[in-house]
Amino acid sequence: MTASVDIGNVTLTYRGAAGGVLALKDTSLNVRRGEFAAVVGPSGCGKSSLTKLVTGLISPDNGEIVIFGDKVRGPVKIVGMAFQNPNLLPWRKVINNVLLPLEIVEPHRRKFRHEKAQYRKQADALLKTVGLEGFGERFPWELSGGMQQRVSLCRALIHQPALLMLDEPFAALDAFTREELWCVLRDLWQKLGFTVILVTHDLREATFLADNVHVMSARPGRIVMTKTIDLPRPRDLDICFEPRFTDIVHELRAKIAEVRKA
Amino acid sequence: MNTNLERLSPWLFTIGIFVLWELVCRIFKVDTFVLPAPSQIFQAIAQYSLPLAKNGVVTLWTTLAGFALAVAFGIVLGIIVGWSRTIYRGLYPVMIGFNSIPKVAVVPILIIWFGIGVVPAVLTAFLISFFPIVVNVATGLATMEPELEDVLRALGAKKLDIMLKVGIPRTQPYLFGSLKIAITLAFVGAVMSETIGANSGLGHLMVLAGSNFQMPLVFACLIGLAVEGIAMYAVFAYVEAYFTRWAFRSSMSAAA
Repeated sequence: MTASVDIGNVTLTYRGAAGGVLALKDTSLNVRRGEFAAVVGPSGCGKSSLTKLVTGLISPDNGEIVIFGDKVRGPVKIVGMAFQNPNLLPWRKVINNVLLPLEIVEPHRRKFRHEKAQYRKQADALLKTVGLEGFGERFPWELSGGMQQRVSLCRALIHQPALLMLDEPFAALDAFTREELWCVLRDLWQKLGFTVILVTHDLREATFLADNVHVMSARPGRIVMTKTIDLPRPRDLDICFEPRFTDIVHELRAKIAEVRKA
Repeated sequence: MNTNLERLSPWLFTIGIFVLWELVCRIFKVDTFVLPAPSQIFQAIAQYSLPLAKNGVVTLWTTLAGFALAVAFGIVLGIIVGWSRTIYRGLYPVMIGFNSIPKVAVVPILIIWFGIGVVPAVLTAFLISFFPIVVNVATGLATMEPELEDVLRALGAKKLDIMLKVGIPRTQPYLFGSLKIAITLAFVGAVMSETIGANSGLGHLMVLAGSNFQMPLVFACLIGLAVEGIAMYAVFAYVEAYFTRWAFRSSMSAAA
């Protein structure tokens, strides 16, 4: 397996009016192609900065980030993103929200007008896989929070990105909906085979979904532990109640408690 | 029954006020020169219906012309101001300063520049009404969710893409909300200018009637102004509701 994301000794400082804040220091992270990686850590450890670095929205002071063999210099178009807030456009129907990236990213942008019917079919198929068949003509505010987050996932995936960056995508949902969406994400990932970096503070979520869980230290953030989750796939929600699952969660939890004290 | 009453209540209140007014004038035998009774005012409206209509049309189109200028200019300037933080910071104090100048002080200058007529009225309407449009459009653009901008920027969207796909559509409720305010301001501006120096328009007619001591006609003009003001406000309130239905979802029942 080749590396799909390679973050090498990255340092990042935010410059503010009250002086600079060192967000990341000598952070290194490796993600294989097709891997599901999770990054966990105490609040304010620079997890979200990592997202912005990988997508090329900000550039590091030091070190470099390589995605699929190319050094990141500006926004990388092969990445899909989803956040805690679904951020759907309220004036667009669900289907048109999902299609939004295609209106921007090349080469779809050029073809969009001519092949709209084709693209719509793709979007409908994607909506169907997340359990939203027939909701394309609704407006976002007619949907529940969990459904909106599913739409947001579809929007992140419509241009078939090789890498999906998720920044606490399920943090604002209730426990049942969250577990439901874990399974939606798990199935999407298994079906489409993209690489995922999931930033979260939910250790069960990380353990359930990921191949490798990376623990970050408090600010300045860097990876202090990488735990390989060797639970068999496909994983079912019931696994969350097995001792070997809870053991992993406890181990991660202990590590985070340790770095928070430090 | 209740909803019927609710629907009728604006009319009932309006009629009620006129009835009260009439009663006060009759019971206290108020001099026509101080406060004409509604009956006398409506008599004046009937008697001078032609000049009232003519001048009313002039006021209406001056207002609309000034307002149209304000909308075009306001949207463009609003987009420029909302485009970047630097421009926002730089232009804002200038605009606040400009907006603080009482426009009544500008009218004489406009009359010196353009002479007595409709031009100063159109320009006053424009000057007084563009500010809320600029502020609202700029605010709409400046309050865009940063995450959404990140999603699009990560896809390689240029600033222009983000403006066209997100910024400008999401500014619509702000824009249409400001139009309601701007149209009433434009109206005030146009009439103000007409009262200072014009040869037509309701404001001009009012001043003329006043100098002839025809108080019922003065009040007839005021009522004409009120009617036009309500009509224009209603039109833009409807336009707002029509174009920005998605932003008022809480007051609509969800179709789900």
